Amino acid sequence: MSEIIKVGMADLKTCVSPNGVTTLGLGSCVGIALRDPVTKIGGMAHIMLPDSTMIRNSQQNIAKFADTGIEELVNQMERLGAKRSRLEAKIAGGATMFKFSSSSDTVMVGERNVEATKKKLSQLRIPILAEDTGANYGRTVTYFPETGEFFIRAVGRAEKVI
Amino acid sequence: MGGISLEKVSEHYTDLLRELGNIGAGNAMTALSQMLQCKVDMKVPQVKLLEFSEVGELMGGEEQIMVGVYLGVEGDISGSMMFLVEQASAKHLINKIMMGMAPEGEEFTEMELSAMKEIGNIITGAYLNSLSTLTNLKIFPTPPELTVDMAGAILSVPAIQFGIIGDNILLIQSQFYDEVKIDGYFILIPELESYAKILSSLGMPVM
Repeated sequence: MSEIIKVGMADLKTCVSPNGVTTLGLGSCVGIALRDPVTKIGGMAHIMLPDSTMIRNSQQNIAKFADTGIEELVNQMERLGAKRSRLEAKIAGGATMFKFSSSSDTVMVGERNVEATKKKLSQLRIPILAEDTGANYGRTVTYFPETGEFFIRAVGRAEKVI
Repeated sequence: MGGISLEKVSEHYTDLLRELGNIGAGNAMTALSQMLQCKVDMKVPQVKLLEFSEVGELMGGEEQIMVGVYLGVEGDISGSMMFLVEQASAKHLINKIMMGMAPEGEEFTEMELSAMKEIGNIITGAYLNSLSTLTNLKIFPTPPELTVDMAGAILSVPAIQFGIIGDNILLIQSQFYDEVKIDGYFILIPELESYAKILSSLGMPVM
């Protein structure tokens, strides 16, 4: 039987097919699903903030940031036998949960998380095969490295697969 | 003041924070009770310092559908505040305020959402008002915004604000009751500098 491994907020996990990874209730955070389609090694990172270098004290949990979180996930997958050059990505999240008239940094954090995620993936030359980002609602996502299917559920919407 | 952190604040001032939560939520309940014209009771608030991964489980799981009312806090302190209430509890509150005229069903109509926003506005206003009186600090709320979504998604907003300064989220949890139990949560998110202001205005030595 396959198992679905849960990834918390500011957390990352790897998995090997037939297992999958899931993260529940993504809001402004971004869920990044990666897999090596040959070895079927996959993983997911649930990042909250775009950039570790902009934070004053850098003692912190590296899974929290897009830049360090993605890097760490790739490293962990490589240790399991995935090949960096074969990796592919699907991403979701980065919603703006509350629309305020002011556009301060914290308000736009969803968009900035998506931008930072794309920047990091492009630096690592990992192609983004599909995405479901932005808008104003939360998402629960589940990813299976066997097929690369990325299931997205939201309140009051039909489930979709990208 | 350079050494202030959430860990230190929660370690040394748990009782004080609980008391602030008690007074704030107590006033919010009084306002709610006046609005609903019935008696509302509350439990002693709990002060919790949680890791981000623990946050979702607190409110019945990340996928529990909640109504979240979120507003900014300005004046002598800055930050934000959130009031969360579980979907069925929100329905109950709205139905009461609409004198039983709220339509049936899981979905919220525009009118219900606007009623819920007003409830959120009044009780968070009462909460902040009592805090302001107690500390002698000017505290103004900005107009509230509301959303109905999964708890995890709503909580990502305050979590991200805490994420900028550390790896934990500090929240004051209040539960209240009228004839039925209403699960409501207040999350006050002062910026770290504002914690120092609140503490010193209450005559506490700040690390």
